[in-house]
Amino acid sequence: MATHAQSLPQAAISAEHLIRRFGNFTAVNDVSFRVEKGEIFGFLGPNGSGKTTVIKMLTGLLPLSSGSALVEGLDVRTDSESVRERIGYMSQNFSLYYDLTVAENLQFYGRIYSLEPARLKRRIDEIVQLNGLAPYLNRLAAQLSGGWKQRLALGCAMLHEPKLLFLDEPTAGIDPVARRQLWDLLFELSGHGITFFVTTHYMDEAERCSHVAYIYYGKLIADGTPDSLRELPDVQPQGTLRIEITTPEVTRALRFARHLPGIRSATIFGQSIHALVEDHFNLDDLRNQLLKNGIAVAEIRPLAPSLEDVFVELTYKHQALLEAARA
Amino acid sequence: MLNIFRGFGAVFYKEALHVRRDAGTLFFSLTMPLLQMFLLGFGVDTNIRQVNTVVYNADGRRESRELIDRLKNSDTFHIFRYVENDHDLNDLIIAGKARVGIKIPVDYSDRLLHQMSAQVLVLIDGSDSSVAGQAINVTTAIGLDESLRRVVKDRAAFAVDMRPKLLFNPDSRSPNFFLPGLTAIMLLNVTTFLTAFSIVREKERGTLEQLFVTPVRPYGLLLGKLLPYLGIGFFELCLILFFMRFVFRVPIHGSVFLLAILALPYLFAALSLGILISSKANSQAEAMQLAFLPILPSVFFSGYIFPRETMPVIFKPISYMIPATYFINITRGVILRGAGIAHLWTDGLALFVIGTVLLILAARRFQNKVIMA
Repeated sequence: MATHAQSLPQAAISAEHLIRRFGNFTAVNDVSFRVEKGEIFGFLGPNGSGKTTVIKMLTGLLPLSSGSALVEGLDVRTDSESVRERIGYMSQNFSLYYDLTVAENLQFYGRIYSLEPARLKRRIDEIVQLNGLAPYLNRLAAQLSGGWKQRLALGCAMLHEPKLLFLDEPTAGIDPVARRQLWDLLFELSGHGITFFVTTHYMDEAERCSHVAYIYYGKLIADGTPDSLRELPDVQPQGTLRIEITTPEVTRALRFARHLPGIRSATIFGQSIHALVEDHFNLDDLRNQLLKNGIAVAEIRPLAPSLEDVFVELTYKHQALLEAARA
Repeated sequence: MLNIFRGFGAVFYKEALHVRRDAGTLFFSLTMPLLQMFLLGFGVDTNIRQVNTVVYNADGRRESRELIDRLKNSDTFHIFRYVENDHDLNDLIIAGKARVGIKIPVDYSDRLLHQMSAQVLVLIDGSDSSVAGQAINVTTAIGLDESLRRVVKDRAAFAVDMRPKLLFNPDSRSPNFFLPGLTAIMLLNVTTFLTAFSIVREKERGTLEQLFVTPVRPYGLLLGKLLPYLGIGFFELCLILFFMRFVFRVPIHGSVFLLAILALPYLFAALSLGILISSKANSQAEAMQLAFLPILPSVFFSGYIFPRETMPVIFKPISYMIPATYFINITRGVILRGAGIAHLWTDGLALFVIGTVLLILAARRFQNKVIMA
């Protein structure tokens, strides 16, 4: 493993066998992954699955129980001081001083990183322009809306020009326009070679990432580009096909479809049903059977699995493995 | 910049901004102690004077009236009622209206005139020990003096003449005794309360976590948070000294400059205590409760109210761990006794050591990040 890692170009993050225990509880259980430079790495998982714990381990906020992690080529256990110089971190609750103005918040975080006055001024100007904060410079942070708080927090986290930014749920509680604008900004910065480690709940955000990983109760159960995950045999087993059935009567259709031989699984997605069927399954036959039962069908077509499908399938499989191990 | 203090300047400036933005809290914390000072300075007099006294004079002749006049003139007794029987005398004491009841028996003058020993009954309410003690002392002294006057006609013949002289506080003024000690308690109040919130506020807001991912070092962070409040504490000290000198007319016998210098290690110790409290608390409400903790021991074990000499042995070591103990010695020393650096440097050193130990304890909590768990 070590020789293999050396042959690759240096990663932004390379985590190997990360374990973090709190008493008897293992919050992060043998997690390994690599984030290449310039990637937007989406780190997904349900609440309490260990996402924030992994971020805290990588940023030096929590010691590792075991395992190792290199961040920007530096060991977080022995060199956390230097790691902190090179990374930026934006936490879930936008860690701003509410009784300071926008400009004072920026100045404070700049001084903490010991930027010389000339560089600090240049960086503040750049960030104010990039984030559009100019009209709010003298406003107290407390008076900003959620979206602007988030931009200010992001600005504070990147004053010292880190090459790697950790964003923990950056879009939680933010309106859709601000969400879209943040992602546009991330793409732009990523184009300049900055690496992003982003946790999120939103599947559409996951689809935008160049690399995603899914953590489920402390275990990493998916890791790769969105496209490579869609092609995983666990998601798309040999000899199966994913279809979308559009119908005005989704609930009745689902109840019916679940009992048909050849349909492995089915779930409702808005006005349609996503189903995994065996590839010898006759789609015309399905349409006829539904019609015969008085269910109108607008369309039946083959479908590429979404990332949500991917994570649902992988979660089922992981749960089955866990139960098998217990039995 | 020394590396272990990294981030000091930035944190210091930011804390100063917090203080300026929250002018209400600052004003409140500066004026509360002054209010306390006015209450204690004007309202509390520990000298026992004008104790309510009831008299049953069953004799009524000249000798008995002379005795009553002497009691009146002592300034200790305020005779507010004359009664005509034992029952009323007892009743007034039980009701709490009189602290002292004096009964002069019917044969008082007769016995004196016949060169016999006359008795006077003095009933004292023992529920307040200092009032009772004073009443016993004064009545005994008057009785002794009356007897001597009758036995020895020539006063120059007294064999032993005790001449007590009160040093440093000749008028026994209460403010002179109370206010120097109160200075220490008030400064402790202000500083621990101000700093008690400083860390826990950042913990609640999440900014502390943010600071931990920056290169700021524990000592840079703690000293940056501590020093603006040192300035405020120092300003408060100047206010207190000003009011003490010019409103309560407490003369300052020693050097004000020395007092100011020795206040710095005391403020440092009190602020470090506040920071340590703040690092233990998980919410501002919890910090508030914890900030009250050091107040009571500082009042009772520092010698502020009860002399340390009469303290039970087990409390002695506690009194040595309390910063107020040393600073009360310093304020009373400089203000009342005119003590100099040669008398007080050990107290200053002790305060500096206590402050340093508390700061190291707080910094270790940051270094190990136990504070986040």
